[in-house]
Order: sequence, then C-alpha cells, then structure tokens
Amino acid sequence: MHAVRIDEFAPSTEPVPAPAPPAAPRKMTIAAPAAATTSPATPRGRTLASPLQPLVPVALGIVLFIALWHAATLYASGLPGPLATWQEALKIFAHPFYQNGPNDQGIGWNILSSLRRVAIGFGLAAAVGIPAGFMIGRFEFLAGMMNPLIGLLRPVSPLAWLPIGLLVFKRADPAATWTIFICSIWPMILNTAQGVKRIPQDYMNVARVLDLSEWKIFTKILFPAVLPYMLTGIRLSIGTAWLVIVAAEMLTGGVGIGFWIWDEWNNLKVEHIIIAIFVIGIVGLILEQALIVIARRCTHDNA
Amino acid sequence: MKKIVQIENAEMSFTTKQGSYTALTGINLTIREGEFVTLIGHSGCGKSTLLNLISGLTLPTAGILLCDGREIAGPGPERAVVFQNHSLLPWLTCFDNVYLGVERVFGRKEGAAKLKKRTEETLALVGLTHAEAKFPNEISGGMKQRVGIARALAMEPKILLMDEPFGALDALTRANLQDELLRIVAGTGATTVMVTHDVDEAVLLSDRVVMLENGPAASIGEILEVGLARPRDRLALAHDPRYAECRAAILEFLYHKQLQHAA
Repeated sequence: MHAVRIDEFAPSTEPVPAPAPPAAPRKMTIAAPAAATTSPATPRGRTLASPLQPLVPVALGIVLFIALWHAATLYASGLPGPLATWQEALKIFAHPFYQNGPNDQGIGWNILSSLRRVAIGFGLAAAVGIPAGFMIGRFEFLAGMMNPLIGLLRPVSPLAWLPIGLLVFKRADPAATWTIFICSIWPMILNTAQGVKRIPQDYMNVARVLDLSEWKIFTKILFPAVLPYMLTGIRLSIGTAWLVIVAAEMLTGGVGIGFWIWDEWNNLKVEHIIIAIFVIGIVGLILEQALIVIARRCTHDNA
Repeated sequence: MKKIVQIENAEMSFTTKQGSYTALTGINLTIREGEFVTLIGHSGCGKSTLLNLISGLTLPTAGILLCDGREIAGPGPERAVVFQNHSLLPWLTCFDNVYLGVERVFGRKEGAAKLKKRTEETLALVGLTHAEAKFPNEISGGMKQRVGIARALAMEPKILLMDEPFGALDALTRANLQDELLRIVAGTGATTVMVTHDVDEAVLLSDRVVMLENGPAASIGEILEVGLARPRDRLALAHDPRYAECRAAILEFLYHKQLQHAA
C-alpha cells in the first residue's frame, strides 16, 4: 500500500545538482572557524551571523550550480550560459502577458493555461478519487474489488493514456486534461483509503458509545481524522500532475508551458528552454510548499 | 432500590490464533440505582472485558445483560463510557467534544441555547469553564480526563462506566480527581461502575468492591460492602478502622488468595 507520511516527501529547497550537498557543508565548516578566529571576543559578530547562517549553504549551492553550468557551456557549444539566460529572462518577463495570435503568447499566458489544465484535471480527479478512497477504506469488499485494478493501472505511465484521450475526446485539450486526471487520481484514492483504515479504534468506540449518526461520524470523526492523509495524497497528485502536464503539452500543442518549450526548441531559442525549466521548477515548488503549509494546519496532535 | 444493571451468567470468550480463550465465565452481578461499584483484580483478569460487556462495546458469548430491564444489544448513550486514554477528538475544542454527546442525546427535544447551557454547566461541574475553548492537546492529562468525564456526564446516562479513568495520571492529580469525582457523584447521584487496580481508590470511592479472580475463565471472587459513611474525606479515612479493614480484605484477596492460585 501507499502509506506516505507528510514529512517524508519534503523537497530539498535548493535547486542544486547532486555533487553540491557534500561540498557545501565542508566549505561552511571551514568558513565558520575562520570567522571565529578573526573576531573571537565579539559576541555581536556572532549574533549578526546567526540569522544568516541557514542561508549560507543555500547560497553556496546556488553558486556551485551556476559555476557548473558555466563550466558546461565551455564544452557544449550552443548551450547558453547563466548570464545570457538571465538577460533573456529579463526580456521575457518584461512582457509576460503579450498576445500575438494563438501561437505567440507571453510566458505568463503559457503558465496560466498549463495551470488551468492541471486544475481541471486534478479537480476532477479529486472529485472522484477522494470519495472513492473513503469507500474503499470503509468497505473491505470494495477494497478487495478495486485494489487489484488500482495495482494494475497505477504503474502505467500517464502518457500511455494520452492516445486513448485523443481517441475518445477527438481534441487535444481535453485529452491533456484526461491525462492529468488519470495520473493524479491514484495517490488520492490510496492515501485517503489508508487514512480511513488507520483511524484509531478509540475514536470509533466514542462514535459507538455516543451512537452518532453516519453523517456525524463522517463530519466529526472520519473526515477530520483522514484529512492529513488526504492532503498527502493531494500533494503527491499535484506534484505528478505538474510533471506530466509538460510532457502532455509537448505532444498535444496549443498554449502551455510544455508546448512553449517545444516551440522554442523548434526556434532554437535554448535560453528560453532553460528559463522554462526554472519556471516549471519554481511553480512546482510553490504548489508543493503551499500544500505542506495547509497540511501542517490540518494535522492534530493526538497527545 | 431499582436495579439498573443485571448480569446473569455472563460468559465471554475470544477466538485467538491458539483457539478459543474464555476470559470470563459465570458472572452474576446486580447494580442498583445510585450505587458506586468498582471492579478490581490483577491485570488481565477481565475487568475491562466485563466493563465492555456492560457498555455493549462487546457482546457476551453466553448469558444475558440487562440495563433497566432491557437487553444490552450494543453501545448507547444511556451507558456513557469514560475511556482510560480519554479518547477526546483532537480536532474539537473541549466544549465541542462535550457538545457532540449533548447534541446527540438532547438535540431532538431542545434548542441550541439549551444544549449550549447543558454543555457549559457540565464543564463547570468538572471545573473547566476556563478551558472550554481549548483543544485537547493544549491541556494537561488530568484536564483531558475531566473533559472525558464531562462528556459522559453531560449525556445524563443511566450509568457511568469508567475504565481505569485515572490510570495514566500522576498520584497527586489522581487524588485530586478522585475527590472531584466523589463530589460530582454525591451531587448528581450517578450510578457508576469503575475499573481500577488501585486498592485505595476502590475503597475511597465505592459502595461495593467487586473482586475478580485471575483469568482465564475468571468469575467474581468476593464482593465487599464498604459501608463507610458519605461524604468521605481522604484524610479522616486514613485513621478509620473500617477503611483499614476494607483495605486489608481486598489486599488479602488480591495478594494472598489470588496470587497463590496464579503461582
């Protein structure tokens, strides 16, 4: 089963490549005693340094990333360097919402239409997946019925569903939405069902002694108890949906960040592709962090 | 006096991996209105099982249990339970935890204002008016158990069932809550059955102490009529000869008769 605790999937906040983590702390341990020896007796220096302390590894990670990127441009011809990309980004973000016909729109429109597709596909998946998860968690029979099907369909790459969507809906846009729907439904079903199964027996005994109605049991016990699990499912789903939308849009075209990347590749504007990569990463990070904040608010200590 | 609970020849066995295990057998007990009865015995003897039978959370494999003349076929608010681990819902405030039961029992007949008043009165009875807007994880263990007691009392049950309610508390908080419970029971006249493994607690609170034999297949060993006058005072009782007698009788049962059996 897919039992996922909220904290396990906390993302690393720095967009650093793999070799960065060992390098960054080592540099910091060198830097820290050096700072101490230059001003050993001034506590003021230490209090000034402490609030910035957590930012040091982040900054070093970014510096390392840019250095590696720059080094890579020296060997790979045609790969734009950090500076060239930055200048291009300033131009793009100066007018994010321009519109020159359906195939030439600002990056803002592209992001928004990708987000809109994700929102619709994900919303439909939540509307189906969360109630389904409750049912599967509550009734053993349904679990026995659905679990083999879910086990079979879940590992399928979402893009494998795209042709089916194109066939059924005859248009690219609903096919992309369909792909988002099918990839984001599984974590929500599985986590919700898991949450229902893990409700402490004590709470159900309270419900029995108080002889609560099914509706009261749902609103006062089941739903609040399952909410943290549900939010984990939602977070995983949104993460997957955001991964998949780029690939789906590359295949279906139209307006959207994935299509934009493909378009810029055809125009050989590699700077724009790199900018798009950053934009996709940042939007994904924001979605994830927002849901972590919500999940933290909805989690209750049982102590 | 009116009989609230009648237990006739009750037996409880569980199916385990090793086969059938009989926890209780041949239990006969009558609890009268307004009485305070404690169930005492070594751990594992089935005292909680017996309480669960009265609450209806488990049903007996043989025999019959009646509450107010009707067979106990399942749990219900007329047999309110105070759980050992309090079992408050962590997402509801203390007020809402109590209100949940009040609403269930009185919601059909009474308006919201009356229900709110009942909840407030019960929280005041356990001395928690100041904490009614707090969540369970914001209050101490003793306060949580008070809310648990308030939730049970607010439903005005025919009988209050308590499963080692003070077991998880420190000695001072425990004494404090025992005194509190004496006062509440004196005020409301609630019929109470309480599971405990604490001899002093049993003597201090009870009218009768029901001593259970060691399992498996435990039944009631002895029943002690405490017979101390109420209101009872913890300090005065320390020098009371009857108190010492009761204490000695229970200890004799638990550590002489039953331990020999077990050994």
